[in-house]
Amino acid sequence: MFDFSKELDLEAQRRRAAFYFLAPMIIALFCVAAWPLLRTIYFSFTDTSLTNLYGGEWIGFDNYLQRRELSSGRVIWRGTLVDPAWWNAVWNTVRFSVISVFFETVFGLGIALVLNAEFRGRGWVRAAILIPWAIPTIVSAKMWAWMLNDQFGIINDILVRIGILERGIAWTASIDTAMTAVLIVDIWKTTPFMALLCLAGLQMIPRDIYEAAKIDGVHPLKVFWKITLPLVRPALMVAVIFRMLDALRIFDLIYVLTPNSKATKTMSVISRENLIDFDKFAYGSAQSTLLFAIIAIFVSLYIWLGKVNLSGEGNQ
Amino acid sequence: MTRTPWEWTRLIGFYALVVVIVVISIFPFYYAILTSFKSGTAIFEINYLPVDFSVQNYITVMTGRNFIRSVINSVFISGVTVLLALFLAVTASYALSRVRFRGRSLLLITILGVSMFPQIAVLAGLFELIRFLGIYNTPWAMVLSYTIFTLPFTVWVLTTFMRDLPIEIEEAAIIDGATPWNIITKVFMPLLWPALVTTGLLAFIGAWNEFLFALTFTISETQRTVPVAIALLSGASEQEIPWGPIMAASVIVTVPLVILVLIFQRKIVAGLTAGGVKG
Repeated sequence: MFDFSKELDLEAQRRRAAFYFLAPMIIALFCVAAWPLLRTIYFSFTDTSLTNLYGGEWIGFDNYLQRRELSSGRVIWRGTLVDPAWWNAVWNTVRFSVISVFFETVFGLGIALVLNAEFRGRGWVRAAILIPWAIPTIVSAKMWAWMLNDQFGIINDILVRIGILERGIAWTASIDTAMTAVLIVDIWKTTPFMALLCLAGLQMIPRDIYEAAKIDGVHPLKVFWKITLPLVRPALMVAVIFRMLDALRIFDLIYVLTPNSKATKTMSVISRENLIDFDKFAYGSAQSTLLFAIIAIFVSLYIWLGKVNLSGEGNQ
Repeated sequence: MTRTPWEWTRLIGFYALVVVIVVISIFPFYYAILTSFKSGTAIFEINYLPVDFSVQNYITVMTGRNFIRSVINSVFISGVTVLLALFLAVTASYALSRVRFRGRSLLLITILGVSMFPQIAVLAGLFELIRFLGIYNTPWAMVLSYTIFTLPFTVWVLTTFMRDLPIEIEEAAIIDGATPWNIITKVFMPLLWPALVTTGLLAFIGAWNEFLFALTFTISETQRTVPVAIALLSGASEQEIPWGPIMAASVIVTVPLVILVLIFQRKIVAGLTAGGVKG
């Protein structure tokens, strides 16, 4: 006779083991993610300062928005939500994210299409495009800062030689070009990642579809719009959301390439500045809480609208 | 096989595109290497091909204040972080991929969510925690804080990897009476090695390149990691940016990464794409 109680026992044993296996990871993630996040949100409702971490008192929403009536009857609004520097940072972040992810997607898809074709030396080309990805962000920021140098930079030299520019421009220092400089470096560095994700998506499309289209004499552009793009779309959606989330929190590239430039200061940069450099710990906490909220809303919207299946379960 | 002129044009156009992609990808790194070998004022002349071969910048960096110390810090921090993350992730991924329990999908989504976290959102809370634990300005501050991105990433990739392993090997072990711990160590570990190497390498690169936490949680020059050291490398005076030594330092810390990435090319591509694109 088959012993059912023993089988149940085994299943229960497995579940108990699973719990013990998961516990250390969950505790670790709680300590480094959930708890600090909750503390940040808490700090944003206090007047805590960097030098007096435990002396902060609850002040409600004052870091976000505060209405104060002067004795003369004039009403003054204060807080992050009416801070032009904050809104400038929000605008910079959004602008940077949308433009960089757009170009990275277009270029990434283009490179993926090239790499998906069979040609001699394909392995070498794939290795070459991995190099920008492998270089640390700080190093690429410094490399490009040197190349974009106004006097001795090679980019200005190239552009002057081929006649696009009359004389060199101060890419990173000038307020008009600082964002362009940041975008160039970010697109250069992150397009390979996008290309690899797109390539993985492309390689899952069965080749016979293309054969059939070729026999039917369908124009290659039509093949791209009607076959390739719809089929690669799920992979592309996931790649875009990953990149978008990464772009929204950008810090290091901007901190190093264009320090203190108003034209490129993003939400992460301005939050850290307030948190650490300006000793407005609570105010910076409020700003980073807002950034977190914006990203959370964005993710929910995206998953909801795009019906992205992030877990990869149930569609195998 | 003869080609029509139209086919030739297309072929040339295609290879031209390939050349453009390759040149744009590798030129900045090439130029950094070229610059790093220039000495003195030669650095201010723009050359497209190597003209000079001087190791002066490398000597300056290696003998300079604390650069070697920074490299040791970075190796230590990245190594410990990765080992810790892999240790916690192997058992957790086994549970997540092989055992059915309620709330599994939710847990997986939460883990993915943590890896998407804007790091600035936990900065204030982590700062307090690190001060509380008394590890501010020590390598442990980074080991602790880097767990926030290395752990979710390793758990996620190893889970997708283990999910694809055939169920039969495990069933055989269960029938033989193996405990879950034995299944992991005796049955899964030998199969997992390739995935562990890849995930570990990717997590190592992530930790090696991290900047925000390393900048915020260290104060003295001796505690800096490599990215912070390079970002804050300054010259004799405020205005004078030491481009030569910066490029030499950049090359020193990047060459090992580039070599590793080229060696593990295929595995890295597989590991990166396992993160999300499965549908």
